Amino acid sequence: MTILETDPQAGESAFPEPNAVGTRARGTAPLAEPAEWVAVCPVTDLTPGRGVAALLGDQQVAVFLLGFPAGSPDLRAVGNIDPFGRAAVMSRGLVGSRGAVRTVASPLLKQVYCLDTGACLDDDTYALPVYPVRVSAGVVEVARWVDAA
Amino acid sequence: MNARKNIVVVGHGMVGHRFVQEMRARDLAGTHNVVVLCEEPVPAYDRVGLSSYVGVWDPAAMALAGNDYGDDDLVDLRLGESATMIDCAAREVTTSAGDRISYEALVLATGSYPFVPPVEGADNARAFVYRTLGDLDAIRVAAEAAGPGAPGLVVGGGLLGLEAANALRLLGMTPHIVEFAPRLMPLQVDEGGGAVLANLVTELGLSVHTGVSTTAIADDAGTGMLAVTLSDGTVLDAALVVFSAGVRPQDALARTAGLQVGERGGVVVDTACRTSEPGVYAIGEVAAVEGRCYGLVAPGYTMAEIAAEQILARSDARFPGADMSTKLKLLGVDVASFGDAMAATPGALEIVHSDPVAGTYKKLVVADDMRTLLGGILVGDAEAYATLKPLVGREIPADPSALIATGGEPGPGLAKLPDDAEICSCNGVSKGSICGAIAEGACTVADIKKCTTAGTTCGGCVPSITKLLADSGVELSKSLCEHFTQSRAELFSIVAATGIRSFSELLTRFGTGLGCEVCKPTVASILASTSSDHILDGEMAALQDTNDHFLANLQRNGTYSVVPRMPGGEVTPDQLIVIGEIARDFGLYTKITGGQRIDLFGARVEELPLIWRRLVDAGMESGHAYGKSLRTVKSCVGSTWCRYGVQDSVGMAVTLERRYRGLRSPHKLKLGVSGCARECAEARGKDVGVIATDAGWNLYVGGNGGQSPKHAELLASGLDDETLIRYIDRYLMLYIRTADRLQRTAPWQEAFDGGLEKLRDIVCQDILGIANDLEAAMTRHVAGYRDEWAAVLDDEDKLRRFVSFVNAPDTPDPTIAFDDSSGRKVPVLLGSPAFPTR
Repeated sequence: MTILETDPQAGESAFPEPNAVGTRARGTAPLAEPAEWVAVCPVTDLTPGRGVAALLGDQQVAVFLLGFPAGSPDLRAVGNIDPFGRAAVMSRGLVGSRGAVRTVASPLLKQVYCLDTGACLDDDTYALPVYPVRVSAGVVEVARWVDAA
Repeated sequence: MNARKNIVVVGHGMVGHRFVQEMRARDLAGTHNVVVLCEEPVPAYDRVGLSSYVGVWDPAAMALAGNDYGDDDLVDLRLGESATMIDCAAREVTTSAGDRISYEALVLATGSYPFVPPVEGADNARAFVYRTLGDLDAIRVAAEAAGPGAPGLVVGGGLLGLEAANALRLLGMTPHIVEFAPRLMPLQVDEGGGAVLANLVTELGLSVHTGVSTTAIADDAGTGMLAVTLSDGTVLDAALVVFSAGVRPQDALARTAGLQVGERGGVVVDTACRTSEPGVYAIGEVAAVEGRCYGLVAPGYTMAEIAAEQILARSDARFPGADMSTKLKLLGVDVASFGDAMAATPGALEIVHSDPVAGTYKKLVVADDMRTLLGGILVGDAEAYATLKPLVGREIPADPSALIATGGEPGPGLAKLPDDAEICSCNGVSKGSICGAIAEGACTVADIKKCTTAGTTCGGCVPSITKLLADSGVELSKSLCEHFTQSRAELFSIVAATGIRSFSELLTRFGTGLGCEVCKPTVASILASTSSDHILDGEMAALQDTNDHFLANLQRNGTYSVVPRMPGGEVTPDQLIVIGEIARDFGLYTKITGGQRIDLFGARVEELPLIWRRLVDAGMESGHAYGKSLRTVKSCVGSTWCRYGVQDSVGMAVTLERRYRGLRSPHKLKLGVSGCARECAEARGKDVGVIATDAGWNLYVGGNGGQSPKHAELLASGLDDETLIRYIDRYLMLYIRTADRLQRTAPWQEAFDGGLEKLRDIVCQDILGIANDLEAAMTRHVAGYRDEWAAVLDDEDKLRRFVSFVNAPDTPDPTIAFDDSSGRKVPVLLGSPAFPTR
């Protein structure tokens, strides 16, 4: 299982520019090398305000389409496994905001996470891994972590 | 050798228990042991609320707080053990177990026994008294054997008699009340009040016989009932008789021991509760304080305190006399009597306002100055009691007649009461103490109860406490979440008034931010309650909680459970076979739910449409187990099969379940229908409970199980099918429109402004003129219903969400695993989280 170090402090700019093609997710440690972009689905298959689960090798990712501000898709990708409930359900959570932070709530016991940093806002000892996500030729792509070891 | 002194308490009723508490609260150093002899097999319970035992039948629910002294080593509570003899000279008590206990102080709290007048046949096996839980259990057996609607006769039309009549009514009987005096409640109300009371009670279907006595009770072989002969020659049939003609002090033990007793019974004590023998005290109903016995709990509590003070020699506390005020809701009729209700004070003047149309009678007794309130009687509407009673002995801050006029302000208003005015007379808590608690941060009725004890005994002052809280400006935020300052009910009104049909527009116009897991499903529910659109249509799909989004119940390992609807618990053999085949083919764990249907656990998200295809093809539809919506209508088998059933409960349950299926609401809704008073469907534990009687359906509302179980309360009785459904339509729609998020009917009803009475006025009398509107809303719902699952199966777009991985639809989620090695299939969760922990 991949372990990620996250640093919520580094991700204070809560509303990053949408569709940040090719940039790594805000607030995460440098990518373990090398990373590989994996096609998930056409962006038109996503429902604004909802998530889907995607399989990246042995990793499960929850990809959310937050909307189309300024006409471009605003996407986020975090780990799909709820660290409290230990079930692969995060893609089925409801997205929203807490203050200026974009959030997703676990559908199991409703803990809320920052979609930009992965930090759990209700218990800062937990966090979700965050994945880079982009749209390439109309297809959503997520970067797969590859264990450095 | 035990250095501690013994206190023996004889009797563990409400007053005996209070004495032990007062004693233990004062004796912090632990200088005294307390031995309590409790004749009944259960420890102290709420005898004042005895009739609330009916229907619940759970002695534990009647228990007084702390009545087992579980963590107190200095209290020795002996259940089922009574005192048989007192040896005052040796200071020793002999118990029914043969034990002899020496005492430093002996406290007699033996209470009263029911008075049975010398009537021929009073010892009949079907003649009962009304005093203990055991008495009520025995009455229940006889009432149930007689069947619903059978006549029951109560001897005595006083306070207790009306209580007993109410109990018989709750047991499904048709009560007769026989009172020797010319009116009901002769001790509390005057002739005018008695007449209004008799009218109100008669309207409820009770027969009142005043000015007559009961002369004989005999078995009538012809009818199988009792033939009860009255002094005017009338003979009434009755399945049972309850004597409720007053009580007498239980002073037999004291008499044998040579203690001085009063002319009319009772152990004579002085104002310090001391009897004629040193070290022996008497408190509560058995005590005749300077010759007078008090049959209410509040004076008993005062005596308990005094005895504790005296025994510990802490102070020379004295009994100040007692307030014999009463406020009751008997048979749903408010009756209050306080102060000098009968205008016995020389020069007292009576101001009477009687409104036979409204069914109210109100009387104030004032001193000859026309200002000082001495007492009063309120029948039919006792709202003013809470504010009038504390004014006894004081000047009325307004024109007395205005205080009781129809349509006037009820009473002078709590705000005008002085701080020392008593709000809770059971526990002697003043307005000042309650306001003090509020000032120190108490902001709920529960807080006030905890820190002042006000409202913990009879609960009659709870409305006043609520009012004081509201007046003090304590306001609990009703905001739904950080995105909406409005409550759910307010948002419902906004949606209804503006016609807004999307979350985004509602948020833009009335909220802030982007929404969250609280407001999105709430708004989705409101939108669903107000239209028949599919819950996964368009933007609605993004608002639904995972359960509604996948139309199944999320379980802990990320799989779902599936519950097909089985209206009224009915299911065909073919459907059972299909369900069995599905469970076998998909490897699902099956369990029968509490709502008479079958739950299939462990379905992966991509399996849900496959499972539902087969269920829908077999004629089944969504059970909405995943929604805040109607779940089930539970029923017993009813008159079609059952020997006791009086109506077709399954038929009615099916009708109701078909009518309300798919109805989105603030929280889940459960209904129940029982075919007779035996109540096998446990309908009174449901949001809406329907119980059949010979005379039609009885409708109960506001019950639920869950964390704080609550029995539904009777809203209307003797209804035909059509009226029953109309009332349920109105009740449910009113609830949907005005309840808070996740507020079930019981707390909604409890908090409903004006209480059950107001709710009844709105639902049954339509005093707000909204009944047509509520019914029309329900008619729209019924007409627009479509099975959610069938609709999804017909819609490729909606089916697309049921996939394990959007980029690997053929790969099942590898983290899902089960273990059925024990014979019961259970989910296996992932190992310890391999996630950062800081």
